[in-house]
Amino acid sequence: MMKIKSYQQAFLFVVAWVIVYAFLEPSVNFLFSHFPLERGKRLTEAIYFFVYEAPKVLLLLTIVVFAIGIVRSYFSPERTRRMLGKRSPLIGNVMASTLGIVTPFCSCSAVPLFIGFVEAGIPLGATFSFLIAAPMINEVAVVLLFGLFGWETAFIYVATGLVIAISAGYVIGKLKVERFVEDWVYAIKGSDAAFESKVTFDDRIRAGFTAVKDIVGKVWLYVLIGIAVGAGIHGYVPQNFMASIMGKSAWWAVPVSVLIGVPLYSNAAGIIPIMHALLEKGASLGTALAFMMSVIGLSFPETIILRKVLKPQLIAIFVGVVAVGIIIVGYLFNLIY
Amino acid sequence: MIIKILGSGCPNCKTLERRAIQAAEELNISAEFKEVRDFKEIASYGIMRTPGLAINEKVVSAGYVPKVDEIKALILEHASQEDTSNKVQ
Repeated sequence: MMKIKSYQQAFLFVVAWVIVYAFLEPSVNFLFSHFPLERGKRLTEAIYFFVYEAPKVLLLLTIVVFAIGIVRSYFSPERTRRMLGKRSPLIGNVMASTLGIVTPFCSCSAVPLFIGFVEAGIPLGATFSFLIAAPMINEVAVVLLFGLFGWETAFIYVATGLVIAISAGYVIGKLKVERFVEDWVYAIKGSDAAFESKVTFDDRIRAGFTAVKDIVGKVWLYVLIGIAVGAGIHGYVPQNFMASIMGKSAWWAVPVSVLIGVPLYSNAAGIIPIMHALLEKGASLGTALAFMMSVIGLSFPETIILRKVLKPQLIAIFVGVVAVGIIIVGYLFNLIY
Repeated sequence: MIIKILGSGCPNCKTLERRAIQAAEELNISAEFKEVRDFKEIASYGIMRTPGLAINEKVVSAGYVPKVDEIKALILEHASQEDTSNKVQ
C-alpha cells in the first residue's frame, strides 16, 4: 500500500473535520427528535446543554490546536529570543507579549527559557511580559471562549491578556528588580551555539498532529467535566443566583475573585465552561474575566518553578503586579458593560 | 557512548529516559545514561526547552519527547560519526 504523505494526512483530516462539524447539529437534532426529552425540566435542560455544547467545543478545540501546532513550529524560543534582542522597553514588552502567544511554552521549561532570555541580554521587563502572556493567552482558553461565548468575548480575552502582559512587564522593568534574580543566573556562560534543529514541512504537519494528541488528549476530560458542571448549573441553579455574589453591584467581587483565583490552579479547559454558567446566572463579565485570568494566568506550580531563578521578593512583585492588573481590567469591564 | 537527559526531572524527562534506554537496548548499543538536572549545567548546553537529549555531549533534540525510532536514528547517526572519527585516527 502506498504510504500517505503528511500533507495528504492533513488534508484528509481537515476534510473529515469539516464533514463531522457540518453534520453535528443536524444529527443531534435528529437524535432528540426521535428520543424527545421533555423541555423545561431541570435534568433535560442540563442534558440538552451538554449534548449540544460538548461535541462542538471538542471539535473546535481539535482543529484550532492542530493549526496552532503548525504555527508554533515556526516560532522556536531560540528564534523568539533573537527577535527580541535588545529592544527598547515598551516595544520589547509589546513584542514579548505577542510572541508569548505563538511561541511554544510549557511552565516546566520556564527556568531554561528565563535563563536563555537573561543570557541574551533581553531586559527583565520583556522577559516577564513573555512569561505572563504565554500561559495566560492560550489556545484552549480562546477556543472555549469562542465556542461558548462567541468571538467578541474571545477577542476581549486576548486583548486584555495582552494589555496586562505588556503593562505588568513594563512596570516590572521600571522597578529595577535585577537584584532579585538569583545571582548564579547572571554568572552563567551558556554555549554560543544554541541548539536549533532543522524543521521540514512534514515535521510541521506532524507537530500539528502531535499537538492535537498531547493537548486535546490532556484536556478533553476537563472540558467534558467542565461542561457537565456547567450543564448542572445551567439546569439547577436559579436565575440571578450569582448576581448578588459576582454581579456588578458587589464592588468587592473583583478583588475577592482574584484572591480566590490566584492560588487556584486549573487549566482553561475546566474553568471556562463553569464561568459560562456563572455568567448566565448573573455574574458580571468583568468579575468572571478577572477570576478566569487569575486562575489561568497565575499558577502556583509555575511560581514554585520560577523560585529557582527568582528571589521571593521578585516572585511577590510578579504575582502582585499581575494581580493588580487583572483587578483593574475586571473593574474596567464591569464599568463598560 | 554517553547519553544525557537534560531536564528538571519532569514526567516528560522520565519518558525520554525510558525511551532512550529502550532505543539503545534495541540497537544493542551499550551506553552510559546520565540525568542532568542542574539548571546551570542544562543552560551550558544552549537549550531553552526541556527535556533535552544529548549524545556524546552534542544536543540532538530539545523541547519534546522523540519516539523510540527517532532516538534510534539519532543514536545511529551520532554513533557512526564516532566510528568514522575513530577510523581516521
